[in-house]
Amino acid sequence: MSLDKATVRKVATLARIRVPDSDLDHLAKELSGVLGWIEQLNEVDVEGVAPMTSVAKMKLKMRDDVVTDGGAAEKVTANAPEGAHGFFVVPKVVE
Amino acid sequence: MTTTMTIAEARDALKAKKLSARELTDAHLKAMAKTRALNAFVTETPERAKADADRADARIAKGEGRALEGIPLGIKDLFCTEGVLTTAGSHILDGFKPPYESTVSSKLWHAGAVMLGKLNMDEFAMGSSNMTSYHGPVKNPWRRRGANVELVPGGSSGGSAAAVAARSAMGATATDTGGSIRQPAAFTGTVGIKPTYGRCSRWGIVAFASSLDQAGPIARTVRDSAILLRAMSGHDPKDSTSADLPVPDFEAAVERGVKGLRIGIPKEYRIDGTPKEIEDLWQQGVAWLEDAGATPVEISLPHTKYALPVYYVIAPAEASSNLARYDGVRFGLRVPGKTLDEMYENTRAAGFGAEVKRRILIGTYVLSAGYYDAYYLRAQRVRALIARDFTQAFEKVDAILTPSTPSAAFAIGEKMDDPVAMYLNDVFTVTANLAGLPGISVPGALSGDGLPLGLQVIGKAFDEETVFAVGRAIEKAARFTAVPEGVA
Repeated sequence: MSLDKATVRKVATLARIRVPDSDLDHLAKELSGVLGWIEQLNEVDVEGVAPMTSVAKMKLKMRDDVVTDGGAAEKVTANAPEGAHGFFVVPKVVE
Repeated sequence: MTTTMTIAEARDALKAKKLSARELTDAHLKAMAKTRALNAFVTETPERAKADADRADARIAKGEGRALEGIPLGIKDLFCTEGVLTTAGSHILDGFKPPYESTVSSKLWHAGAVMLGKLNMDEFAMGSSNMTSYHGPVKNPWRRRGANVELVPGGSSGGSAAAVAARSAMGATATDTGGSIRQPAAFTGTVGIKPTYGRCSRWGIVAFASSLDQAGPIARTVRDSAILLRAMSGHDPKDSTSADLPVPDFEAAVERGVKGLRIGIPKEYRIDGTPKEIEDLWQQGVAWLEDAGATPVEISLPHTKYALPVYYVIAPAEASSNLARYDGVRFGLRVPGKTLDEMYENTRAAGFGAEVKRRILIGTYVLSAGYYDAYYLRAQRVRALIARDFTQAFEKVDAILTPSTPSAAFAIGEKMDDPVAMYLNDVFTVTANLAGLPGISVPGALSGDGLPLGLQVIGKAFDEETVFAVGRAIEKAARFTAVPEGVA
């Protein structure tokens, strides 16, 4: 499968990574190379094989539905590039 | 010199008060400064190290020394360390000082270890050369005989491996998603073990591919790696995939011997183009284990050749989800934009390096509508077949012996033009991640031009003890005593 420029642009938008137009050709070629190599998986007969969704044979534990932590807004927001009054600040999203 | 001691030796010398923790730490801080050109440490914490060491001395004086009391260690920059810069080798985590400590590192501090600093790595642990780090490449302390070419230490735990090989840390934490502990250990003549998935808590470790990531130690001997792994392991309610199983005394298993063990030799690991000296070392490894009383058994792992392509669907898919959190809002870098979306896009374009972007894009693509079944679901099915290959093999054998890597360390800058050529570094290691199995790399011999080569032992799930015993048998027979130039 080879990716065209439009597909790379779409995937980059989905991934929220700005890609300049001048990089699209190069990226399309590189990603097509990797995907082409991945396509050897089509040789494998996977009929009736259940997808592996968990590595270890274990049941996930349930925990009590109680508050164990919290009240640390200051610590949580301490690393924010921009914050105010214990909140994160983002560009205005409402017109 | 104190920096050439093993952890086991230092532990005994500290206990016998033949050496103080402060002396041991000072010697390592000196070695760290002297080997700064390797670029192994991205953050040095000498004041913290000295304070840790003084506290350790006080405890030893009172007879209250713990398992790692006074042992100076380096921490891979993927582990969150409270109040200490943690970047995962990425520009996007600029300035990030975690308000919490990862479970694994906190276990080490509770065992009395001393923190020397944070170790360089491939960005978000994506790489096999340490070339993708925002902080620049790490240099391998080893050079080819008679040559001055600078070599990579492997990756992604390149800083961990280089520091341990250069004797600027007695041991280091590392992580392994496709080979990131074992490949750098092989490239630097050190010992690295990736334990069974679930053995160590992933809590507080910056996530790359959550179904594959596992923490483990890099050290200079099999015994030292067993000592470290025991301290790092154990159930953690904060990681729902951490195993609620008792942690064995791994050190006690090291000298167990291999008499009567059946060692699988997988025929699919004989890959065209593998250098003869790696083939030869593998055969030598078989002979060593036979001499020690084990029986080699030819086995088949028929889906081996599909492991890397499976990995390069599953790991990027998981990474594209895990790395969605880097949005310029909660931590790290922010590049302004007119709208929220523009701010996200600008931040992520400036903050991620080329390899990380490539993997996020591949991951986003294979998870996107219309391609999910063809790529992601198919890869998960083939992954099940790879795991089944191992389950069937382990009905016949107790452990599996393979080479660790398809080559010795390569030059800085090599293999950078073709992503797939770089990915092939992990051809022998990635299977253990996909199946969740423990694997150790132990130095076996020097290549023709004087570089370390490793042998890998893969074990059954939660049977690290056999892995250590077989690793020790190889270590004993190999008598690998070579050190990089400039190391006393």
